[in-house]
Amino acid sequence: MAMIANSNILLGHGSGGRLSQDLFTGLFARYFHNPVLDQRTDSAVLQLSGKHLAFTTDAYVVNPIFFPGASIGSLAICGTVNDLAVAGAVPLYISSAFILEEGLPYSDLEKITADMAEKAREAQVTIVAGDTKVVTKGACDKIFITTSGIGLLKPEHIPISTGQNIEIGDKILINGPIANHGMAILSKRYNLQLQTDVVSDCAPLNHLIAAVLQAGCEVHFMRDATRGGLATVLCECVEKKPFGMFIDEALIPVDDDVRYLCEMFGFDPFYMANEGKVVLVVKRAHAEQVLAVMQQNPLGRHSTIIGEITENPVGKVGLQTLIGGKRLLEMLAGDPLPRIC
Amino acid sequence: MKTFHLYRDKEACLAVAAAITKISTKPVMLMEVCGGHTVALQRYGIPSLLPPTIQLVSGPGCPVCVTHIRFIDYAIALSQLDKVTIATFGDLIRVPGSRSTLEQAKAQGRKVEIVYSPLDALDLARQYPEEQIVFLGIGFETTAPTSAAVLLEAQENNIQNFSVLSSHKIMPPAMAALITQGIPIDGYLCPGHVSVVTGSGIYEELAKKFGKACVISGFEPLDILQSIYMLVKQIENHAPAVEIEYTRAVKPEGNPRARELLQQVFEPCDAWWRGLGNIPGSGLRIRAAFSRFDAEKKFPLEIPEPKEPAGCRCGDILKGMAQPAQCPLYKRVCTPQNPVGACMVSSEGTCAAFFQYGHDR
Repeated sequence: MAMIANSNILLGHGSGGRLSQDLFTGLFARYFHNPVLDQRTDSAVLQLSGKHLAFTTDAYVVNPIFFPGASIGSLAICGTVNDLAVAGAVPLYISSAFILEEGLPYSDLEKITADMAEKAREAQVTIVAGDTKVVTKGACDKIFITTSGIGLLKPEHIPISTGQNIEIGDKILINGPIANHGMAILSKRYNLQLQTDVVSDCAPLNHLIAAVLQAGCEVHFMRDATRGGLATVLCECVEKKPFGMFIDEALIPVDDDVRYLCEMFGFDPFYMANEGKVVLVVKRAHAEQVLAVMQQNPLGRHSTIIGEITENPVGKVGLQTLIGGKRLLEMLAGDPLPRIC
Repeated sequence: MKTFHLYRDKEACLAVAAAITKISTKPVMLMEVCGGHTVALQRYGIPSLLPPTIQLVSGPGCPVCVTHIRFIDYAIALSQLDKVTIATFGDLIRVPGSRSTLEQAKAQGRKVEIVYSPLDALDLARQYPEEQIVFLGIGFETTAPTSAAVLLEAQENNIQNFSVLSSHKIMPPAMAALITQGIPIDGYLCPGHVSVVTGSGIYEELAKKFGKACVISGFEPLDILQSIYMLVKQIENHAPAVEIEYTRAVKPEGNPRARELLQQVFEPCDAWWRGLGNIPGSGLRIRAAFSRFDAEKKFPLEIPEPKEPAGCRCGDILKGMAQPAQCPLYKRVCTPQNPVGACMVSSEGTCAAFFQYGHDR
């Protein structure tokens, strides 16, 4: 619908919110549709020679390319590792394509490459293939990276990526404070002189997730909360489903500095990007055990249970706000813009 | 720096909500005038904490929303001129004019730059001396002093390629107009940031002449709940007055220096408001001494009669006469991605706030 009225691509089509969804369903799914893609999972789950494979790809165009806590290189590895891990897979191999702008300092490319190598070591994945193209100055912004990855998954973890086993009463968990990545990028982009550094949470989550799965806990769904933020993941989890969700905003961890920065820009942490946060929907009886396992991992020390799957509101996320008010939590409608007054 | 935690304390908020329920005996209509209040009310789910006796309606306090369609048409016409660059706040570029938007004009190759302050617009003028930079001045007593300061700076430095298309407005005449137009408002949640500049005196007429309760409110949930409590108390006691809840920012006398700037550069004029029509004395016109920086004088243009989009009820929504869900276009045709009316464009517009925070009262 929106595409017919707005006949050009807008920045919002890449924000991970409603417009991105419209683009996928209205265009890509229409032309490419097949049983695997139509599942709309972060990773495709495939069966090849008796093995279950997860396969995913992602493009990175972040500006600035270096920011507090990470770089476009660390993002490119962690993003792909996390997409595989949330499908329940063990990430194994990564390929990487570079589109470089003529004039990019060699030292920048080396720093980015070193970051990629470091994150790959941390995640225990191997970068096995790649490609490089250089375009004339102005044809891209410094560097764009595309990574693809494959991983193996056990048959019992196949349903995780579609969330087909989610049931009423399941608990919802997150592994720590939200919005750090989005605000780290913004503070660098606007060159804010801050007393404290807000640092990106960019990290590979596969070891944390493996610990939960190995503990034998029943995980019904996982998704990393990247573009579009936590709100988008929660909304997608229940959209068009015969159940709803209840979230208590007071239980969602947000660092004070991040909250303060969000206030300054007029942004809601719910919609800010993360690069090291996973949302888990787990069997109610296993929730406390999952929480304990997560809190033992350095990337899950501040994990909390933030809500549960409920009968109502059907297909929607009900929110109890910080002050105890009630409303629905919706996806980000447009592009987040700084307020004018 | 982190005091806002205090103003979001759940126990305190629930206690004030309970106190409101306790003293509220009769139905009242309260209008929040400022878009910032609309957003906070929705974001924190405040309506769900209030007794059914209290009806909250949104007013004409989102500067983008009340900007008249003729102003957009004029700005688009200016953008068609040779060597003219429009400098504007981002929200304004998506507001539909009669036939087009500034965003569409930009896509067709017209020069439209987004700035975060009028100072940025003046910098553009310095940077591109061969280009005429026209800043679109919108907003109330909050943003108008900055426009005034920039016009003074342009005059002092004799910057000849800079001008302002002013649609600046002042709040009190619009608040009075709603009452004379018959909207049954019992009390006003008065805008906090406007009052920082104006002080509390501007609302005295509303309390004395029209008998309306007035409380100047801050923007945190506890501020708003406390202000609603104060409003209900005034109404229940038949004692309308002007009170300041937002005492940590608003002084009764306001900010005299900012008002002096306003006086020096602007003078009151009649102004067109979307939805409310022409309100005498509600606009700010650039004074004759600064006329060479007045875009309407510098580039006089004939604009065809503006036309509002069919079916759009922004006008009624801005007056508190309709809720977004009562508009036939809301959520069906008019969405934040594809706004028909101005109330859906700005994030502080009533329709956009209701859409984002899932409220369909």
